[in-house]
Amino acid sequence: MANQTNDNAAQKAYKQLQGKHETQRPVLKNCLRAFLVGGIICAIGQAVMYFYIYFFNFTEQTAGNPTTATMVFFALLLTGFGVYDRLAQFGGAGSAVPVTGFGNAVISAAIEHRSEGYVLGVGGNIFKLAGSVIVFGVFSAFVVALIKTIFIQLGG
Amino acid sequence: MLTGKQSWTFENKPAILSTGVSGGPFEAKGNLADDFDILHDDLWIGEDSYEKAHKVLIEEAAEKAIEKGNIQKEDIQFFLAGDLINQISPTSFAARGIGLPYFGLFGACSTSMEGLALSAFLVNNNGARYVLTGASSHNAAVEKQFRYPTEYGSQKPPTAQWTITGAGMAVVTNQENRTNSSVSITAATIGKVVDMGLKDPFNMGGAMAPAATDTIMAHFHDLGIKPDHYDLIVTGDLGKIGRATTLDLLSQKGLSLREEQFKDCGIMIYKEDQPVQSGGSGAGCSATVLYGHLLNEMKKGTYKRILMIATGALLSPLSYQQKESIPCIAHAVALEYENK
Repeated sequence: MANQTNDNAAQKAYKQLQGKHETQRPVLKNCLRAFLVGGIICAIGQAVMYFYIYFFNFTEQTAGNPTTATMVFFALLLTGFGVYDRLAQFGGAGSAVPVTGFGNAVISAAIEHRSEGYVLGVGGNIFKLAGSVIVFGVFSAFVVALIKTIFIQLGG
Repeated sequence: MLTGKQSWTFENKPAILSTGVSGGPFEAKGNLADDFDILHDDLWIGEDSYEKAHKVLIEEAAEKAIEKGNIQKEDIQFFLAGDLINQISPTSFAARGIGLPYFGLFGACSTSMEGLALSAFLVNNNGARYVLTGASSHNAAVEKQFRYPTEYGSQKPPTAQWTITGAGMAVVTNQENRTNSSVSITAATIGKVVDMGLKDPFNMGGAMAPAATDTIMAHFHDLGIKPDHYDLIVTGDLGKIGRATTLDLLSQKGLSLREEQFKDCGIMIYKEDQPVQSGGSGAGCSATVLYGHLLNEMKKGTYKRILMIATGALLSPLSYQQKESIPCIAHAVALEYENK
């Protein structure tokens, strides 16, 4: 790479000079906003969960699934109406980490690639962003389960 | 005529006869809305994909430029244009409809001045009587290709820039066919690819600043003139960070510009309160601002001589995922308006 780009010393000097003009991410402000937005989303999630427990035949253990589905449905509406990306510019990690962020990643990709048809477009791209969450989520669950099994076998 | 190492001076007075500029909803709310010929209130422009909408922007701007030039499409010999989408398909699809002999150009966001410099060269050397040239970009089509789905919630850092939706087209003609209100193209400097090792695709301005500096220095060196020759030196889409960095780099090399003499199209096009972080960008940015606002200002007498430097980041989604740095380029074109 060094022979293709300008020499390293000049690059370093330039990075320093450029760094002086570069606006830094407002980390503290972003953290506070993420806390606020993430907190509100989780509070809504909690309310939905209580709703399922009190009005339907769910327990604290089983109410998780319908709650997740409901929150993803909310994310679907907000994404479709073009609100979620604005919320994310404000909230950052606060809107990306909860399950609504996962929903948004799936839904936005599906909407985006509709123009290429259902098979190559929607089907092929729907997990473009969320795919790695699924892959590494499943894989780490497998590793954790494996470790747990080994310990139980040894200990038991 | 070749002047110095990498510049052309045009002794036969090629000129911009007329221009056409189209834009999207976000530009309609911007600072320079009055300088657009056509504005749309919808990103889709009645089409079923963003890429088709992108094509329509080009066609409309081209038609407008031809119409305002009071010429027929058949009078034009060549069409030189490009955009940012893979294989420049929106421009090529528009060229299919326009039906003129066509050169597809890719210089990322520097395409506008690449096209204008080549057009002036063609016309100056009797290679053509009329040439249609321009560049364009569509925010959602570019986001889809280079970043994330448009509705995906990702937080953009303050160094990021907003790709503009718009197309700017110009008809370039020779001395015999120009009118009194034509703006002369006096010189052009072709830039080389400069890479200072920056890798952040959310900081294009910072990556492109050295390329802009290189071309500006080369221009003044080749032509043997001082910056005061120009009333305005304007860059394509450096944004706030790239502009400040370029000013700094130029003064390090002994070329000091006055603050008000050095502007950037990406900063000019939007209002302060529009959420565009560091500023506007995209191949259409320099094209729409120059062919719309800046030419209008020249004709009003605000500026007599302008040096326009369009800057381009020559990256692809693949290259930055493979952790390559961002090679950049800049081309400069000098314009002059003689008030009759």
